[in-house]
Amino acid sequence: MLSRKIIDELTAVLGKENVLTEKEELACYSFDATADMPQSMPDVFVTPTCTEEVQKVVEIASKNKVPVYTRGSGTNLSGGTIPLKNGIVMGMVKMNKILEIDAENLNAVVQPGVIIQDLNDAVAKHGLIYPPDPGTVKTATMGGSVAECSGGLRGLKYGVTKDYVMGLEVVLANGKVMRCGGKTVKNVTAYDMVKLFVGSEGTLGIITEIIVKLIPAPETRKSFLASFKSLDDAANSITGIIASKVIPATLEIMDNATIKTVENYAHVGLPTDAEAILLIEVDGLPEVVAKEAQAVEKVCKENNGQLKVAETDEERDNLWTARRAALPALAQVSPTTVLEDATVPRSEIPKMLKALQEIAGKYDLKIGTFGHAGDGNLHPTILTDERNKEEMERVHKAVDEIFDAALKLGGTLSGEHGIGMAKMKYLENEFKEAGVEALRSIKKALDPENILNPGKIIDLEG
Amino acid sequence: MSYYDLLQNINEEIIKCMKCGNCQAVCPIYKETKGESGVARGKIQMAKALLEGRLEYNEKLAELFSLCLTCKACADNCPCGVRPDKIILAVRAALAREKGLHPLKRRIFSVLAKPKVFRLGMNAGSVFQGLGLKRVKGKNLAHPRFPIGLDMRRVIRPLASQSLISELPRINKPQNPQFKVAFFTGCMLNYLYTDAGKAVVDVLNKNGVEVVIPEAQHCCGIPTFVHGDMSTSKKIAKYNIDVFMKEDFDAIITHCGTCIGAWVEHYPEFLADDPEYAEKANKLANKAYDFSQFLIEKVGLKRPEVSLDVKVTYHDPCHLVRGVGVATQPREILKAMPGVELAEMKKPDRCCGSAGSFSLTHYEMSSKIRDKKTEDILSVNPDAVITSCGACRMQLEDGLYQTGADIPVKHLAMLLQEAYQKEGK
Repeated sequence: MLSRKIIDELTAVLGKENVLTEKEELACYSFDATADMPQSMPDVFVTPTCTEEVQKVVEIASKNKVPVYTRGSGTNLSGGTIPLKNGIVMGMVKMNKILEIDAENLNAVVQPGVIIQDLNDAVAKHGLIYPPDPGTVKTATMGGSVAECSGGLRGLKYGVTKDYVMGLEVVLANGKVMRCGGKTVKNVTAYDMVKLFVGSEGTLGIITEIIVKLIPAPETRKSFLASFKSLDDAANSITGIIASKVIPATLEIMDNATIKTVENYAHVGLPTDAEAILLIEVDGLPEVVAKEAQAVEKVCKENNGQLKVAETDEERDNLWTARRAALPALAQVSPTTVLEDATVPRSEIPKMLKALQEIAGKYDLKIGTFGHAGDGNLHPTILTDERNKEEMERVHKAVDEIFDAALKLGGTLSGEHGIGMAKMKYLENEFKEAGVEALRSIKKALDPENILNPGKIIDLEG
Repeated sequence: MSYYDLLQNINEEIIKCMKCGNCQAVCPIYKETKGESGVARGKIQMAKALLEGRLEYNEKLAELFSLCLTCKACADNCPCGVRPDKIILAVRAALAREKGLHPLKRRIFSVLAKPKVFRLGMNAGSVFQGLGLKRVKGKNLAHPRFPIGLDMRRVIRPLASQSLISELPRINKPQNPQFKVAFFTGCMLNYLYTDAGKAVVDVLNKNGVEVVIPEAQHCCGIPTFVHGDMSTSKKIAKYNIDVFMKEDFDAIITHCGTCIGAWVEHYPEFLADDPEYAEKANKLANKAYDFSQFLIEKVGLKRPEVSLDVKVTYHDPCHLVRGVGVATQPREILKAMPGVELAEMKKPDRCCGSAGSFSLTHYEMSSKIRDKKTEDILSVNPDAVITSCGACRMQLEDGLYQTGADIPVKHLAMLLQEAYQKEGK
């Protein structure tokens, strides 16, 4: 428990309405969107409304060595915002202004509490888009998605969050404010601190302002659904499309288990006998789209794919409804949905899918896999029930093996969800001793008292 | 046993929540408070903590659970098919059982539990309301003279001088009727918006439907249900079932989203374990229709012949659109009317913020949500706003009045009535 004195200091800075201390309210910040995580109560929940207030909160925390857990909308999938060691949870949702849209220089300046979709709506008037589009685009905050380096469906062609953050304002663990990066396309002044803070999961500093890059909205787009009787044919199509010099905006895959579940739930006419389907969209100038569409059709047909082309906007919407239904459909099968994001090089997708099938068989679990085939980022989704202790043990073993398999294939632990507390124990498998040591040095340099999101990514006490 | 009688039984619903937070995108309360306790995900986790003994029944919990409009937008948007509205109402019922109702609510609901006393009170209220309410010049709206449980800024519709049931005959029969229906008026149409009540009868008659108005009918009971008073809710449900079981009809008709929800969804779930009433509740549930639904699906609307030359926008009452899935039928009627242009506002199904007594207990919050709705209405610049719920209508009237806009809000039946009346001339 925090002393009355600390609560009073916080209240003096933020006002009563921005300091919550009753346990009913605090219980609502003891979890996030991650399945199978312990809950832990904060001692206090605060909502600063400007950078100066964030500084003062951090100063109070630093002086008293109290942990600060920064939180956006709490939609992350790594246990990243759970206040493991209690202390202060700082919600950034009230700092939600779009400060500037600079259409001429193709950028925007936003506060961390802005919802991604709200930014997209605001820049659409200028014919621009902010491409990163995680599944939580309508709920997640910009601050949260920068801190987690969110990905999404358009990663293959457009990249991920880190490719769009140009500059940041950050409150450091000592309460001081620093700025890095800016509005210029080119910037090699000193270390690339912007890239360091993007994806740092609230462990190195607190993001209070973000400058993002915008791009012109593509003029046209064309979508396809290709179904395959064998995984190899689907995989050869993925590599074939890219080998023919086409980079689709989206290139998504669903395995048979997912297809069947989605069809059962949404009745959108998916081929339930297919081993895999690919959902493909190319976008850009009309001439380019026409040419790329031809190439996609050719590759899929050469690899024995059954192709369906969305001719109208309505058909396109139907097609993407199927993709959007993947997670909800799987989630409705059982009470607990463990969603992973193991990622492999694109060419290793068939091997990874086969490994997942074997793991599911070995541990007698239901695993549906879908994901971003174009960038190798798969979402094996384990359908289980957290009340079933024996099954959860099998789930944990399966998860261990999934990460082993991904690393063996030259992949990574996390494509887009981050490490948080959910994947900490696997970190050394990928980073090895020297790598973890380097991570620890960085953490120690920027947060010597270990007050920023302690217990996440790397544990200094461990 | 129903989860409204035993909280443990809501556990299967709670466990379905994967805590994704998608409800944040659509919750009108969350949009205002930005607090996790405001949104379904937070409330579901509080309910879980309550069941696991990590939280207890207390004032704070009651206050937080009172912050829900039961607009069901979260349920509609939930990828896991969770019904947060049921979880929240189950907790409210458990809170009422464990902690008791607020004394003022208890007094009001004890009157509601007695149909005759309630009726007497409402009729007396119509005579004496001038003591507390000051009419707005040129409109059938009134401000409170004193803070009589109402915010001083608010305008409301005063009680009609005579209730609908006492004003209209029991049997309203056109020549050669094709159908016979029983009209469940609900309190708003019986005591406040009698214009809409008369329009329902008139329009149904014009469409060859005989309308019986059972005089002993009572409030639907949902106002007591949303505050967790299950014993009164059940008492009222049984009372209304008894009244309507005595009649002979093809359908029960309502023109209120909440009343239709009571008949179709809530009476059967309240009484599922009741050996005497379960079957009756289900039987009547299958016969209950919203006014527009009955005209479109059963009767086949008699298209008005004369053009009205009016631009309208339609507001979907939450309990009608998400409660019983009626959204296309009212629009079909509007589109079938000559000279009626339907200009859809942005998000016509977003809650108006009224939520019945929520607008009394949380006027500030209710007004903020309402102002978004008012803005959306004004953006399409309509001649009139059409809806299918008295509580929504009163809220929208207040909202429009506060901006100074002179746009009437009407029940759908009233617009149809105008068209038929114009024909006669």
